[in-house]
Amino acid sequence: MTENAASAIRVLRHWEIQGIEQLEIYRQHGGFEALEKAVTSLQPQQVVDIVKASGLRGRGGAGFPTGIKWSFIDSKNWPHYVVANADESEPGTFKDREILEYNPYQFLEGLAICAFAVGANAAYIYLRGEFWPIAASLDHQIAEMEAAGLLGDKLFGTDYSLRLYTHLGAGAYICGEETAMLESLEGKLGQPRLRPPFPPSFGLYGKPTIVNNVETLANVPLIIANGAEWYRQLGTEKSPGTKIFSLSGCVERPGNYELPLGTTFRELIFNLGGGIFNGKNIKAIMPAGASSSLIVATDEALDTPMDYESVPRLGAQLGSASMIIIDDSISISWLINKTVHFFRHESCGKCTPCREGTYWMSHLTERITQDHFSQEEVLLLKDVAGQIKGKCLCALGEFSIEAVLSGIDRFPQDFTE
Amino acid sequence: MSNLLQKYPNEVQAILAKYPAESKRSAVMPLLYLAQQDTVQETGRLQVTEAAMQDIAGLLDLDRTEVASIVGFYTLYYERGTSRYRIQVCTDLPCALRGADQFLEELCKRLNIKPGQTTADGLITVEPVMCLAACDKAPMFQLQSGNGLSYYENQTVDSAMALVDTLRSARSGMTDALNRGKVDGQRR
Repeated sequence: MTENAASAIRVLRHWEIQGIEQLEIYRQHGGFEALEKAVTSLQPQQVVDIVKASGLRGRGGAGFPTGIKWSFIDSKNWPHYVVANADESEPGTFKDREILEYNPYQFLEGLAICAFAVGANAAYIYLRGEFWPIAASLDHQIAEMEAAGLLGDKLFGTDYSLRLYTHLGAGAYICGEETAMLESLEGKLGQPRLRPPFPPSFGLYGKPTIVNNVETLANVPLIIANGAEWYRQLGTEKSPGTKIFSLSGCVERPGNYELPLGTTFRELIFNLGGGIFNGKNIKAIMPAGASSSLIVATDEALDTPMDYESVPRLGAQLGSASMIIIDDSISISWLINKTVHFFRHESCGKCTPCREGTYWMSHLTERITQDHFSQEEVLLLKDVAGQIKGKCLCALGEFSIEAVLSGIDRFPQDFTE
Repeated sequence: MSNLLQKYPNEVQAILAKYPAESKRSAVMPLLYLAQQDTVQETGRLQVTEAAMQDIAGLLDLDRTEVASIVGFYTLYYERGTSRYRIQVCTDLPCALRGADQFLEELCKRLNIKPGQTTADGLITVEPVMCLAACDKAPMFQLQSGNGLSYYENQTVDSAMALVDTLRSARSGMTDALNRGKVDGQRR
């Protein structure tokens, strides 16, 4: 599976290898050698150490170091589980879907390696309900792996056994939050748990569980095959590797782009993405989907590297790298009405500040998008948003106010009559 | 004897086998999908019926209320019967920036309904929904039916109307249209 170091394609390999969604072709390109190597010649702890040394960070949004998360698994409590987060629901994010549709075995191999590393004999793939056809394909691919001896009992002649299962959600953004996902997988309402305890000590069925994003897991086979040093050849010191950037909104060529972390916004939006459509100018960037703060698209911002350390300098987060591009014909008051409407709909209702706050924010943003509104209503909106901040069990409440507060502060001209 | 188990013994057993025996409650969501599909076959309407909830509660040693709460929480289950097909148009921010609101409005106009309403023949409901993870291929929608869900991307009102015509003409043998799966306009 040795790859040219200059190539920035490590996950979306179907761009370069036709038919990689077929087991035979995936194996012709080194597929499942990393799993075999891990299971037959490495100790679980060595796998964890390699992933730790690679510096791989979680691609679902939080950017938490993957190897460190794996090392938190409680080895006094058994059995262990792994749950792959394929609930991709953040507006602006469509990267995991492309991996699952076109390079599924690399993800499945990464999931299997993760399970081996943390001593799990069963792993679940939690897919959003809308990914129904993808779940059917994965079921088929898992069966092919079993038939080929890549899953099941006594893998590669060792004592290690592993089974993978798909599980469909049924339309709830909140289930992308890891503890809500575990609740949902247990057959309960998808509502977040109080943390701590975190899933590596108290996860699925109360057992130690690692929850990782699809893109994170899809990085793992190449790290095991080629080593941590190879992995670090791309990206920055603190944000190594490549990232899939989902580019959407007012651009000529929307789509997924896999690039080294640290690539500039300008390169993605204007070079690869073809710039702003309909001859308009860029106004704002939401780098982490609808959960994101709004970045004013100055020259300085456009020349900023997209990595976990640099984006916060612009008052935002890299998150899942779901770049929604806003042109200068768009009013930010209209935009926040859209995002608030989303969070109001998706609030699970468990925490009062989020449930009630998103409801009242949506009434205010509706009014502010009408022709006649008063500055008092803008102030009240800021006040309500401020009362959600820091008062909820999960991040959804927090996410619902990022665009609101940054929008009012950074684009005040869009909030005057 | 459970109706689902009687009608779909293999499917029910396969679902239960995915989860530890002591955690069979995990099977509630897949069983609800199975029940909803069954109702479409029987009645032509997407619905989790009261009888199905009782049935699933019995299978999983749950209270009927616990099953009903799941049906109420998740958007893809319908306690009240709905049309056989639901065209669910994403109008969230990234899609809206690429014309999704206008698409929904014009599609509804062509069908002589308002968003959220069902066509006069009772066959199709058109509604706005939250993000479907297809932001680069807007306007787009998913079709929910008794056969699951499939995506239709890079749509125009004309292409959506062509699907509507197919669904209408294939009323009885609708599976052909659905098994075709998603229309994938921009695979690289």
